[in-house]
Amino acid sequence: MGGKHYLPLTDEDRRQMLAVIGVKSVDDLFSDIPSEVRLQRELDLPPALAESEAIEHLNSLASKNKHFHNCVSFMGAGVYDHFIPSIIKHVTGRSEFYTSYTPYQPEISQGVLQAIFEYQTMICQLTGMDVSNASMYDGGTAVAEGAVMGCGSTRRSKALVSRSVSPFYREVLSNYFNSRGLDLEEIPIVDGHTDLSELEKLLGEDVASVVLQQPNFFGLVEDMDGVADMVHNHKAVLIVSADPLSLPLLQSPADYGADIVVGEGQGLGVPASFGGPLLGIMAARSKFVRQMPGRIAGETVDGEGNRGFVLTLQTREQHIRREKAASNICSNEALVALGAAVYLAALGPQGMREVAEQCLQKAAYTLEKITALEGFEVVFPGNIFKEFAVKIPGKPAELNKKLLEKNILGGVDLAPFYPELENTMLFAVTEKRTREEIDALVRELEGWK
Amino acid sequence: MRKSKALLFEMSRPGRQGYSLPSLDVPEKPLDELLPKKAQRNEPLGLPELSENEIIRHYTELSTRNFGVDTGFYPLGSCTMKYNPKVNEDVAVLPGFAFMHPCQPLETVQGALELLYNMEQGLKELTAMDRFTLQPAAGAHGELTGLMVIQAYHRHRGDHKRNKVLIPLSAHGTNPATVSMAGYEVVQIPSDDRGLVDLEALKEAVDETTAALMLTNPSTLGLFEEEIIPMAKAVHEAGGLLYYDGANLNAIMGYARPGDMGFDVVHLNIHKTFSTPHGGGGPGGGPVGVKERLIPFLPVPLVDKKKNQYYLDYDLPESIGKVHSFYGNFGVAVKAYTYMCMMGAEGLKQASTDAVINANYLMSLLKKTYLLPYDRICKHEFVLSARPQMKKGAGAGDIAKALLDRGFHPPTVYFPLIVEEALMVEPTDTEAKETLDAFAEVMGQIAKDIDQDAEKVAHGPYNTVVGRLDEVRAARNPVMRWEKKVD
Repeated sequence: MGGKHYLPLTDEDRRQMLAVIGVKSVDDLFSDIPSEVRLQRELDLPPALAESEAIEHLNSLASKNKHFHNCVSFMGAGVYDHFIPSIIKHVTGRSEFYTSYTPYQPEISQGVLQAIFEYQTMICQLTGMDVSNASMYDGGTAVAEGAVMGCGSTRRSKALVSRSVSPFYREVLSNYFNSRGLDLEEIPIVDGHTDLSELEKLLGEDVASVVLQQPNFFGLVEDMDGVADMVHNHKAVLIVSADPLSLPLLQSPADYGADIVVGEGQGLGVPASFGGPLLGIMAARSKFVRQMPGRIAGETVDGEGNRGFVLTLQTREQHIRREKAASNICSNEALVALGAAVYLAALGPQGMREVAEQCLQKAAYTLEKITALEGFEVVFPGNIFKEFAVKIPGKPAELNKKLLEKNILGGVDLAPFYPELENTMLFAVTEKRTREEIDALVRELEGWK
Repeated sequence: MRKSKALLFEMSRPGRQGYSLPSLDVPEKPLDELLPKKAQRNEPLGLPELSENEIIRHYTELSTRNFGVDTGFYPLGSCTMKYNPKVNEDVAVLPGFAFMHPCQPLETVQGALELLYNMEQGLKELTAMDRFTLQPAAGAHGELTGLMVIQAYHRHRGDHKRNKVLIPLSAHGTNPATVSMAGYEVVQIPSDDRGLVDLEALKEAVDETTAALMLTNPSTLGLFEEEIIPMAKAVHEAGGLLYYDGANLNAIMGYARPGDMGFDVVHLNIHKTFSTPHGGGGPGGGPVGVKERLIPFLPVPLVDKKKNQYYLDYDLPESIGKVHSFYGNFGVAVKAYTYMCMMGAEGLKQASTDAVINANYLMSLLKKTYLLPYDRICKHEFVLSARPQMKKGAGAGDIAKALLDRGFHPPTVYFPLIVEEALMVEPTDTEAKETLDAFAEVMGQIAKDIDQDAEKVAHGPYNTVVGRLDEVRAARNPVMRWEKKVD
């Protein structure tokens, strides 16, 4: 039988235990299941594998996939191949952390609680916000919950979202809003940037929040000058989805007046894992804390005055407030947040700055090299951080196929999300890409078509 | 013995670093040329500066201040804190899983899609559902996805008056919170004196405004809802749908399937039933399965197979859309799939059998000293009441703290709400009889301690790294981040 090494009861144990319970057989313990719904056969599942067989099976599945270790990746669009220091897995691999539940009993959960408190502090430092939660599922759900929070705090029911916000996030956002009966309107883009004059026209007293992304989905740095004033003049809330790895270089969201900062934290040492688990970032100014979803760790003391940490402001949460809760979120991405905190601690202010600078320099170098090629054109003018859109002389799928022959994971095709952007690809260049790898990409592009 | 642990920020020394990066190998341009001055950051980052070894010692010490399943018995009711097999952790970090980009061409992700496809087949067989999405990242996320699917189904039929979702009083807090998130109203259904959903009250509550009934079976009391067939009939006849909160599926694998009980939509908690670790709060996974007529409304993409090629199917015109940026917590699915492979049909059924034996055995031992409000055969968990102990001066929360002193993680306390001073105990399938015996003995000892000196018990714990923490103070004067002290 499978799984015996996880099931310590012996037949003799079971006999003794049934006797103590006072029943004759195991069947008696299931007699409360009416016979009409009792499964009258055994489950039809593949035969159990031994551990060595399971490893072989999983190895064979994994070996059918291409990945960042056997390919050079220029894919981005929210998930990136940044370098992940070894230290992270050694911390998140400590089973006192990863085999624990949500820290409901603070006196034996100080490890996780303090780690979350430190994570929250780091997210606040990066974004300039006053308070961060312990994480959301991913960037998409963080954007959606941020916009819901905007509605809750303004008691208005409409959000404006720029078309330059990740289409992956906008799909989640629109789904959340549609279900809840909230209104969503898109702010058009001009040259890849949010059209601020259109935004001004769309703002009105029904608008709860404006959702922008920095850098935006095309990798462009949006001009945030005056945006917050415009939004605040209409008593709406400015929500910004920020790439945390850009924040060492870019003006902090607090500095340009954002009220709520959300985003995808995958770049902070989190494996891409085919898109999950990721890390949803959620931070805000303190006046929004009562509407904030999810767990928050807070500082307190014990009877002797020792500092300790607990989950706090739980009256926002589902297990206390039930249908009046700020959100239904219960499980989050705590272990991923722990890993992100280790990343930020290891890199520190200097390392974070260097990573961001290398992304910026290498992306600029790559863009310049690619657009110097015949048939490849820059799509949007403007400043970029680590990714950019390029018009190519043919179909993105065909180009990616050719690149794959050289073990290069090329760019993301933009047409499925922006029908007007035919034959356009989004390339990302992280600090991990070497000049040699970039030049190899450029050589493959040269003379294609 | 007791002491606080310094924060990373308090350990920081300017100039220390815990990383190394290769030097920039492309020609460097002046920063101002690449980024306009006004778009540049003005203030310092304020992150700690530490060497790698200091960071490791910090987190190693923190880990010793934390209790996990690998530390000891963790009978936290409703959370199914079973053992997390180590092989799962190893395979999930294989580069062919952990370092894949979600937008890679399909021909480069065939192994990943095959895994998701196989997993779906297994989940369908276990639950008698017709299709699954693995996109929801947690149980509550699955609940929301499920209600969105139900909502889309009703809306598609032009049935717009259904604005209520029925839930029993004993439901998990996520259920009513999810109902609100989906824009529905909550209607609470009381329990009868057996602890089961009051069928007559349910029949009275269903009408043409009922969108769905959300139900956990076995319930949060650990009791199987024996009248599930008439309940399903009542809801279906009124045009509503049945939603199964799969938090407790671990009790009935191989014995009964939600799809056979009349449920139209289920979510599963793969971090509970399928042994994936809970990570101190997450990541989890909340796959949602539906019956045939609801398939068109599932999130896109679904994983499918054509001529032995796996692909992502976006062609679902009535789909609710997406609930996650990509395909959900794939890395967690790898662990759950590995568990299913290793357990097989017999092993999964045995896991449910042992979970139920363990729960009934521990219940038999504990009901001698604690009040058992619903004294009948339970499934994977049971709920005691510490009301008699509370009258003496120490309640459920105090008993929990007393357990901390004796090396056990306490049961869930003060939930479900329908039991006063509730202690919700879920031993799981992966615990040995000796562990249950030891736990029962300690629980008996605590009851005696309360008889002798309730005051003392009410002020515990005594042997933990910090004493009982002041949660009221934390909420009244919230300090949610470290700030540099200004001298």
